[in-house]
Amino acid sequence: MKYLGITLERPKIGVFDFTGCEGCQLQIANKEEDLKDLFDLVEIVNFREISSDRREDYEIAFIDGCITTDSEVARLKKIRKQAGILVAMGACACLGGVNNLRSRFSLSDVIREVYDRHHINTGPVRKVADVVHVDIELPGCPISKPEFEWLVRHLVLGIEPQFPKYPVCVECKQRLNSCVLDMGLMCLGPVTRAGCNAVCPRNRLGCWGCRGPSEEANFESLIEILREKGFTEEHIAERVKFFNAFSGVLNSDR
Amino acid sequence: MTVKTVKSLNIDIKHLSRVEGHGDIRIRVEDGKLAECTWAVVETPRFFEVMFKGLSIEMAPILAARICGICSISHALASARAIERALKIEIPGPASMIRLLAKHAETLQSHSLHLFFLVAPDFLNVPSMIPIMHTNPQVAETAVKIKWFANRAADLLVGRSTHPIGIKIGGLTQIPRKMQLKELAKDLDATIPYLWKTLDLFKGFKMPDFVRETELVSLRGVNRYPFIGGDLISSDGVRKEEDEYRSMTNEYIVDFSNSKLTRLSRESFAVGALARFNNNYDLLHPKAKEAAEGLNLRPGVHNPYFYNLAQLVECFHVMYESKELLLELIDLDTSKFSIHYKVRRCEGIGAVEAPRGILYHYHRISDEGKIEKADCVIPTNQNNGNIYYDLHKLVNELIVQGMEGKEIERLSQMLVRAYDPCISCSVH
Ligand code: SF4
Ligand code: SF4
Ligand code: SF4
Repeated sequence: MKYLGITLERPKIGVFDFTGCEGCQLQIANKEEDLKDLFDLVEIVNFREISSDRREDYEIAFIDGCITTDSEVARLKKIRKQAGILVAMGACACLGGVNNLRSRFSLSDVIREVYDRHHINTGPVRKVADVVHVDIELPGCPISKPEFEWLVRHLVLGIEPQFPKYPVCVECKQRLNSCVLDMGLMCLGPVTRAGCNAVCPRNRLGCWGCRGPSEEANFESLIEILREKGFTEEHIAERVKFFNAFSGVLNSDR
Repeated sequence: MTVKTVKSLNIDIKHLSRVEGHGDIRIRVEDGKLAECTWAVVETPRFFEVMFKGLSIEMAPILAARICGICSISHALASARAIERALKIEIPGPASMIRLLAKHAETLQSHSLHLFFLVAPDFLNVPSMIPIMHTNPQVAETAVKIKWFANRAADLLVGRSTHPIGIKIGGLTQIPRKMQLKELAKDLDATIPYLWKTLDLFKGFKMPDFVRETELVSLRGVNRYPFIGGDLISSDGVRKEEDEYRSMTNEYIVDFSNSKLTRLSRESFAVGALARFNNNYDLLHPKAKEAAEGLNLRPGVHNPYFYNLAQLVECFHVMYESKELLLELIDLDTSKFSIHYKVRRCEGIGAVEAPRGILYHYHRISDEGKIEKADCVIPTNQNNGNIYYDLHKLVNELIVQGMEGKEIERLSQMLVRAYDPCISCSVH
């Protein structure tokens, strides 16, 4: 079986963490029911958070977190060299995620606020694709456990994974959720890529867009609806920017 | 008898494994003397205090959760509590019960992740849990059953175990149906036997012998073992109100670490399961006391490796207390689970006992309901200084005992791991 020209038989996997909360990699250890099946399907050779084994012969690298320092850039490039397939995992890796909220301020102000005059080695927030070529983006904050397994099965079988192109609304309606937008809450479900099984609206919270835009998302019409419902520009902007998933869609960004 | 001391040694562990986040251990012995011994947090900061600035308060708990993938429920709760205390709002009773249950689910999930995936491999002499699945399938099964329950509970109670959805200012976004709570209670009953199996497993693990007396800081419970809010106490006799968290933690910055350190009455103090256990032993569930008995764990211990055992005792506490809470909720009118609030200029502090120790969030809010200033003090920040001093004492003792380099390395790693440091969290 081949995917991207690479033959994979019980592929060797590395999981690497950069600047994030490590919630994405935790999802991997969290899928208890079939953890053993997963570990049978792939060989985990480098996964610092759960194992002291550290081998450098991985074929697929999963990256979580965003990239902020020069040493992270170097480490990421090294991983890219080794890995046949590199998967950016989660909103931080795919989009920069919530970390971008600090980009509203200058780097020196950011450091001063937390560490006063102390020297701290950091840089601007970059998503993984800003530094190296990314083969696959696995979205979400955090990633969805079933989707991770689904992706691994595809990689092992050598089938190209097709992520949903339609918006969260579709899954929401499939699950017969009551629409939170109709209940007066803000929801970005109409423009956000599905695949999370509409977990937020299911729990009576509007979607915050953590999975990034769906294909052919109609932002103008959603923003129009939100305005009509009485949400202020500021409120809309703050929600749209939270995960840095929709840069450039607001007039104020242009 | 000749005492064989280690003459020279160089241990340099980059990115210690089986802990959350990035930390390095450096130990250098020259001429039989300890020349360097550091526990350095090298995780890159994310600057959450800055990220909060200017956000609407409704977003604060959602952002706070992203500080840590393991204790996201604690962060969301502390942030929401800070805002609710600032606005002087009291959430409805059923909502606070569901929050406590979700907190318990997180404690169980985090402690069991630590005990099985991070700690047990050291005692079973394997690099990770993965080989254990084949060599000791019954141990793996026990781990899986407990973690499955913990995740299932969090999913039901607050939508998701990592980055909860249901916690909002004023209460909850929704409340589980009675039927679902009954099913959860059944699942809980089915999980309890696995806890006792875990106890048997850990009875067989001999914790290394090491003692360094230190100050232990935790919340102090009123009628209940503490998890959400309350007075701050220390084993050296300090007692303060929740609002005085700054003078309880006294953060300071050092050169070798990106995590700030803290102190109170001595050079360092410790928080977490062992601190809670020592300071609130009287409030533990009888079954948890029974488990402690079985492990020979009594209040007054100052062996940091016993953090592992105190965590296990807390697993018993949260499971048995969850059962009582569920039964109570099933008989309660749960129709009110959230209240409306008006924003105004104010500030507040929320303290909760996260799995690894006491966690504080502070928010100052503007008239428009925006976060003007945020501060958070993380459990692992508070433990980092203590780990540093423990490591010194441990390595010095091992040198004198003439312990081999490999063994010094192993015991040092196990020491740091026992604290279950959550490093991304501590740098935030
Ligand atoms: S995407 Fe979300 S869950 Fe994943 S590392 Fe970033 S903050 Fe954590
Ligand atoms: S709740 Fe959100 S995602 Fe669901 S149907 Fe309504 S707008 Fe779409
Ligand atoms: S509903 Fe929206 S915010 Fe929630 S997980 Fe799905 S994409 Fe992310």
